[in-house]
Amino acid sequence: MTASVSTQRAKLRLVLEKMRPLVHVLAALPMLWYVWLTLTDQGRLGADPAKHLLHESGQWSLYILLAMLAVTPLRLITQQPILIQYRRPLGLWAAWYALLHLVLYATAYMALDIPRIIEDVINHPYVLVGLAAGLLFIPLALTSTRASQRRLGQRWAQLHKLVYLIGILALWHFTWLKKTGLEATWLYVAIFAGLMIFRIPAVRQRLAKRT
Amino acid sequence: MLIRHHDAEAPSSSEITPETAYLNRRQLLGAGLALSATSGLLLPRIGQAATMSYSPAAERNDVPAYLKQKIVTRRFAVDNPTREALTPFRDATTYNNFYEFGTGKDDPSERAGTLRINPWSVRIDGLCDKPGVYNLEDILKPHTLEDRIYRFRCVEAWSMVVPWLGIPLGDILKRFSPRSNAKYVHFATLVDAKQLPGQRTPTLNWPYRESLRLDEAMHPLTLMTVGLYGRSLPDQNGAPLRLIVPWKYGFKSIKSIVQITFSDKPITTTWMGMAPDEYGYYANVNPAVDHPRWSQARERRLPTSLFSPNWRPTLPFNGYGQVASLYKGLDLKRNF
Repeated sequence: MTASVSTQRAKLRLVLEKMRPLVHVLAALPMLWYVWLTLTDQGRLGADPAKHLLHESGQWSLYILLAMLAVTPLRLITQQPILIQYRRPLGLWAAWYALLHLVLYATAYMALDIPRIIEDVINHPYVLVGLAAGLLFIPLALTSTRASQRRLGQRWAQLHKLVYLIGILALWHFTWLKKTGLEATWLYVAIFAGLMIFRIPAVRQRLAKRT
Repeated sequence: MLIRHHDAEAPSSSEITPETAYLNRRQLLGAGLALSATSGLLLPRIGQAATMSYSPAAERNDVPAYLKQKIVTRRFAVDNPTREALTPFRDATTYNNFYEFGTGKDDPSERAGTLRINPWSVRIDGLCDKPGVYNLEDILKPHTLEDRIYRFRCVEAWSMVVPWLGIPLGDILKRFSPRSNAKYVHFATLVDAKQLPGQRTPTLNWPYRESLRLDEAMHPLTLMTVGLYGRSLPDQNGAPLRLIVPWKYGFKSIKSIVQITFSDKPITTTWMGMAPDEYGYYANVNPAVDHPRWSQARERRLPTSLFSPNWRPTLPFNGYGQVASLYKGLDLKRNF
């Protein structure tokens, strides 16, 4: 490795370290934007604002989840271990939007009509799949602290592999509720599949060994 | 003695805008002139009766003169037969499914403005004695437009109440002399990616195609529509010519029509082709038959707010029970 490459890498490391708080700002922006619209001009949320917010919260959860899954591939490609520090905030923001999504569904969308909610979940598989994805975020969010990481050791890594299952369930839910199915969501499915390629041990090792 | 012939196919007067609830523009003006010349005392009462049940919306800039004239001389609705609140113009024109402009609800209104509505021609072909390519102006010429306030129920379980403006489709179709073996009538939307930019991607199998049984098409509730809220159709609502079949899910009400074909056979419509187990030929609004992925028992009446989702039960045939006789002996669960 030449000296210039190594200083460049060090510089990038510094930038990445400094930029980390930006994740919170960027991830909070969609939420703040919709809170602002809700408080000032609900008309801009359209004729069915609850449904609009429901869709937006679900989609942002998915986008941020995909961004989080892109961290490891980026880390392997750029050889910047510091990037791993982006995973926790992104994961927590994805979980947060999923929680908003579930709360909006039960309140604004279903008006807390419990029998109807139960009926909806039982009778409509796409709702059930979405609920499963949302609930799976809970154990991950609760064990996202460094303390849990230390306490759980090896099992922590295993537990957090659940995020791949969440990704699959979320995409399944998203595709299933679209009238045109995969034709509307193939791009996200393709991005997810592309990011999963980097989880194949052979691909990982090849990228890791490269200097 | 007054003998009333009961016509099973005729809609009940409470369901289509009743004759008495219409007022011709000339009558309206005449009444006003006569009154101002005679007694001022009568004015408020007559003035009330002549109040339209909605406020007309601003017209588009490129409306052709003949259409504007037709709209001015239409029969006004002074009553709302649904007895339900109208969906405001803004909501009816910004919450749209028109994949030819994109799949988002606000895509059609945001991308509108590309349709060239004048001149507009419609090809009439198939089993009829007067096929040909007709200008929209000639198609509309002998008819009087009328306001029709209908419920509009989307297959996605939301609904609106809209004052449409049009002509009973049957009145138009008869002029082309359908042959006795014509049992179906098919419709197609314009294909032109310059005017309908959503067609650049194959979201659906363009052109969008729909079809009705001829007796459904001839039913007096079926409206060939050129406007809403007292003005011509905005692009996003299917300018300049669309169908409104109020007892069927919204996707049957095809937009921006350029072809009408009489036939002895049904076709596979666009949505049937996309998902045959989810969308049938009839697509009658039916709370007892769920969409395979969601319930059709209820609907969200638009607009909603964050604090009132405005759910309401969905009615069989969207509340237009008088069409039930069209489907006698037909298993509506199988023929969804």
